[in-house]
Amino acid sequence: MEKRDFHVIAETGIHARPATLLVQAASKFGSDINLEYNGKSVNLKSIMGVMSLGVGKNADVTISADGDDEKDAIETISETMKKEGLAE
Amino acid sequence: MTKTLKGIAASDGIAVAPAYLLVEPDLSFSKTNVSDVESEVARYKDAISVSTAEVEKIRDDAKQSLGEEEAQVFEAHLMILNDPEFTGAIENEIKEQKINSEAALDETAQKFISIFEGMTDNAYMQQRAADVRDVSKRIMAHLLGKELPNPAAIDHEVVVVAHDLTPSDTAQLNKQFVKGFVTDIGGRTAHSAIMARSLELPAVVGTDSITKDVQNGDTLVVDGLSGDAVIDPSKEQISDYQQKSDIFLKQKAEWQKLKYEPSVTADGKKFTIAANIGTPNDMAGVNENGAEAVGLYRTEFLYMDSKDFPTEDAQYDAYKKVIEGMHGKQVIIRTMDIGGDKHLDYWDLPDEMNPFLGVRAIRLSLQNEEIFRTQLRALLRASAYGSLGIMFPMIGTLNELRKAKSILNEEKDQLTSQGVSVGSDLQVGMMIEVPAAAVLADQFAKEVDFFSIGTNDLIQYSMAADRGNDNVSYLYQPANPAVLRLIKNTIDAAHDNGIWCGMCGEAAGDSTMFPILLAMGLDEYSMSATSILRIRSLMKKLDTNEIKELANQACFESKTAEENEKLVSDLMAKVDK
Repeated sequence: MEKRDFHVIAETGIHARPATLLVQAASKFGSDINLEYNGKSVNLKSIMGVMSLGVGKNADVTISADGDDEKDAIETISETMKKEGLAE
Repeated sequence: MTKTLKGIAASDGIAVAPAYLLVEPDLSFSKTNVSDVESEVARYKDAISVSTAEVEKIRDDAKQSLGEEEAQVFEAHLMILNDPEFTGAIENEIKEQKINSEAALDETAQKFISIFEGMTDNAYMQQRAADVRDVSKRIMAHLLGKELPNPAAIDHEVVVVAHDLTPSDTAQLNKQFVKGFVTDIGGRTAHSAIMARSLELPAVVGTDSITKDVQNGDTLVVDGLSGDAVIDPSKEQISDYQQKSDIFLKQKAEWQKLKYEPSVTADGKKFTIAANIGTPNDMAGVNENGAEAVGLYRTEFLYMDSKDFPTEDAQYDAYKKVIEGMHGKQVIIRTMDIGGDKHLDYWDLPDEMNPFLGVRAIRLSLQNEEIFRTQLRALLRASAYGSLGIMFPMIGTLNELRKAKSILNEEKDQLTSQGVSVGSDLQVGMMIEVPAAAVLADQFAKEVDFFSIGTNDLIQYSMAADRGNDNVSYLYQPANPAVLRLIKNTIDAAHDNGIWCGMCGEAAGDSTMFPILLAMGLDEYSMSATSILRIRSLMKKLDTNEIKELANQACFESKTAEENEKLVSDLMAKVDK
């Protein structure tokens, strides 16, 4: 299993349009991918799950991937986070 | 069998086409226990895949007819339909609780809807609640074997039938195929009626029962001249309506010749005939009908047709488009008139007992200054591109006017100090639609550049009769002497103080009211673009010297609206002779 921590910097947190891109990025991979925030964990391939967490600015979140392509998945998600100005 | 329904003629013209019902089916269900869980899950999955195929088609159609941006909402719907947490939760409910799909769907959807709605500080998330609701409705319809209407997929000529049409329904209609519409409720001043006129679609509203009387595909006649809707007309009726339509179109062609003529009376006095618009898309109609100005641009559609507050730049673009489209002719833009019967999905306003007497229009703007300031900045920036008038709706007191003006001036100073150019001939005006403002017009006239009388609201507030309530529609009396005295007082106060006075309510384009208003010396008449040439042709027949007495007669000698209507019809009989 691969894990990485992120600090959310986007003004609107992870619930506006960029969240959709994050979900789309995660959906390309076979691994199980989860987003953890505030003790709750949701499937990162689910826009409803991600949005229902209500991740705001300055939140600390953890993304984990478990499966054959877990390394690639974490890399791609990190890139998307940075490119969309979501987190660092 | 042929059936004729009597409604209100809301927009000129005649159309004959099959009916298309824009009516939501009954989606109620009962919760039951299921024993064969696997086949229940399969039934649920079927509904998801049919719904997905349907939304994909709607998205593709919307992309074609409305553009990429309008189609985006359906992309969001597709994501929800295929969302593992959402669909997975429903599947679990079915399996664990052994309940039917309808109940599982309803419970899961409600759970997500309340999470999203609970994020009250986030308009974007609240909009997602609406998406979940829409998607669930579609799945539910499939589970129940019912069909949802889909205005975006209309691909053949139809007459749209609805209980009522919201502004966003109206905006979604593809004008290429929609030939007219008929509704159960509404009056001439309902927003659906106003939109119909700006789209130049024949419309009949307020038939009470059209949605119950007509079936999808029945031939339906809309007679927007008489207010009749005829279901299953006979061959003879169709040919009679065809003839009537030809005569109407011929008269329209006659009026069309006045397109480039100035608006002058028989004795050569010049006035301004302007157009009321709702969106920059209405500009084609404005120019085709020879408007000499835009007398009212209703900015609320910018807010209503949007999924979140329109940004300053988006507003600036829309305002600039209209101002540039008029090539130097004046454009009067009214600041946000939300509240009353106009709501925003993404702005949760408090429920009020009497919304028309509550926080609407300028009251809402002054209570939400940041939203107001954003609009004013967009307006000020756009003012550099032509001749702009900014007008505040529903002003009731001088304090409200002064407050609105001081906010405008602050934004103007700030922009100027940042080196942003602002139009040099910017005018600031107010709507006269609250009786208190009409009575005190002499005081208000000293602090604005112009007045514009909004008759729909002025009548509503003067007669204390909700304009959307059919049961009191008999009190909608533009020609009532009480209303006319308020109008005359406003015009006189404007002229005594050297400012101009216009009217952007329905009455300005009403052939019965027009001679009286002309006699009162109203300077500008703003109306639906389609009324302009008809009123210009009427103006050409009237001599201001001959009708001078009409103003005093109508205000002070007549006792009822009916007497005034007779005064005008007698006058017109003489003029037409």
